Amino acid sequence: MNLSSDEVKHIASLAKIAMSDSELKVIGSQLSQILDQFRSLSTLNTENIEITAHPTSLNTVLRTDDITNSKADKSMLDNAPRKEGDFVRVRSVLE
Amino acid sequence: MPSPHPWSLTISEAHHLLANKQLSAVELVESVLQRIKQTDSKLNSFISVTEEYALQSAAKADSMISNSKQTMLTGIPFQAKDNICTNSIATTCASKMLENFIPNYDATAITKLKSTGAVLLGKGNLDEFAMGSSTENSVFFPTKNPHDLSAVPGGSSGGPAASVSAEQCLFAIGSDTGGSVRQPASFCGVVGLKPTYGRVSRYGLVAFASSLDQIGPLTKNVQDSAFVLEAISGKDPKDSTSNPEVVPSYYKYLDGDVKDLKVGVPKEYFVDGMDADVASTVRSAIKTMEDMGAEISEVSLPHTSHALAVYYIIAPAEASSNLSRYDGVKFGYSDANSTDVWDALEKTRQHGFGPEVKRRILLGTYALSSGYYDAYYLKAQQVRSLIRQDFVNAFAKVDILIAPSTPTVAFPLGDKLSDPVQMYLNDIFTIPANIAGIPAISIPAGLIKNMPIGIQIMGPHHSEKTVLKAAHAYEQATNHGFLKPSIQE
Repeated sequence: MNLSSDEVKHIASLAKIAMSDSELKVIGSQLSQILDQFRSLSTLNTENIEITAHPTSLNTVLRTDDITNSKADKSMLDNAPRKEGDFVRVRSVLE
Repeated sequence: MPSPHPWSLTISEAHHLLANKQLSAVELVESVLQRIKQTDSKLNSFISVTEEYALQSAAKADSMISNSKQTMLTGIPFQAKDNICTNSIATTCASKMLENFIPNYDATAITKLKSTGAVLLGKGNLDEFAMGSSTENSVFFPTKNPHDLSAVPGGSSGGPAASVSAEQCLFAIGSDTGGSVRQPASFCGVVGLKPTYGRVSRYGLVAFASSLDQIGPLTKNVQDSAFVLEAISGKDPKDSTSNPEVVPSYYKYLDGDVKDLKVGVPKEYFVDGMDADVASTVRSAIKTMEDMGAEISEVSLPHTSHALAVYYIIAPAEASSNLSRYDGVKFGYSDANSTDVWDALEKTRQHGFGPEVKRRILLGTYALSSGYYDAYYLKAQQVRSLIRQDFVNAFAKVDILIAPSTPTVAFPLGDKLSDPVQMYLNDIFTIPANIAGIPAISIPAGLIKNMPIGIQIMGPHHSEKTVLKAAHAYEQATNHGFLKPSIQE
């Protein structure tokens, strides 16, 4: 199968990754080749087969709703690329 | 000081010398740091070496030993793959996105190792965000194979595998999502174990594909693998998918006895067109097990040929979700040349991620997108059930499975970098264990044209005791063992 350049552009916009025209072209043809490898799956009959989302035998793991995160301190801010005082600075969202 | 270089010791050898005061932890760590200085300019297995911190930790280990608090790993130096968070030490994932990221906490596996007195030497190179099979996708540099500097070490745990192989550390911990511990172990001639999903806490392991990721040890021999596994395993309240199963002393099961062990040979792992030398290596390992009294029989895992497609849908789908957190706001790289929030987000991700990571995010986004979700993602999750069931059926008849680890020996640097499909095919024998969540180990099985090759032993969930026992018996019965590379100081 061949992904059109509009399709690749759409996927990149969903993934929130800017891409140059030349990047779109290369990645489009590579994705098409990779997707070709997946064709074999459509030959399998999976009617009434349950999905596997994770491979453990554990069921929903519950705990009491106690605050346990002792690391929620100012050191959390050390890695923020832009900050002001004790706040992370973000770019303007509204015009 | 003993006559062999301390860096050349195994964990148990070093442990005994430390216990008998014939060697101090500081001497051991100094020796290993010297070895790193002498070899790493050729190999590039370390992204960072934390020399000062290692020497301080070694001094602490020496006082633990003096105070009779020595455990098996006290004073033993190790490398951690650089996608495992280390408090106050950069954890880069070999990505521009996290080049300056300094965690303020340790991964649980690191916390556990530190509490035993093990000594962190530094952080190991990897394919960016653990996506790759050659360690060439690192933003910093490719790592070289110690057995041939023109060949790849495998990946994504190429740094850890090369480092153990070149004896720059006594062990390493890596992560295995589709073979990232076992494939480089096979290529570098070391032992690499992927435990059962949930055996080792994933807390602090930078998430790639959460239903597949698992931390595992890379070591010089099987006994050392058992020691490290015991130290890092166990239920962790910080990872709800970690398993409460009791952690046994795995090394106690290594008695060399495989008599009457039922060993299955999955016929789908021996396909037309596979490398003849690899096939004969595995056949000869099977013969060795048979000569030792194991019961060999052929089994079928009929959906094996679909595992690669299932993996390359599910892993990128989970990655596209996990990596959405890299937005340049709270941590990580941030594009400085934009004022608008959306423009900044898209440019941060354009320039912060390398080509393979972007390829997988787009692949995963496509598989999850409206109109394709059922055909790709849902279908892959259903086929995942079929692959799991194949293993359940096989393990109703046999105790373990024996198979190749990799389709070939290590390939030349640059050989597959421009062809993602060829690169992905490297994981064909390792992926099924991740899909089913079962334990699997790669152990050295000899040389093909002077390059190491591994064989793989797989078992049902939480059968690490049996998997390690069989691997150890094979190791003891053959003279393959740890294959020291010829890399010179």
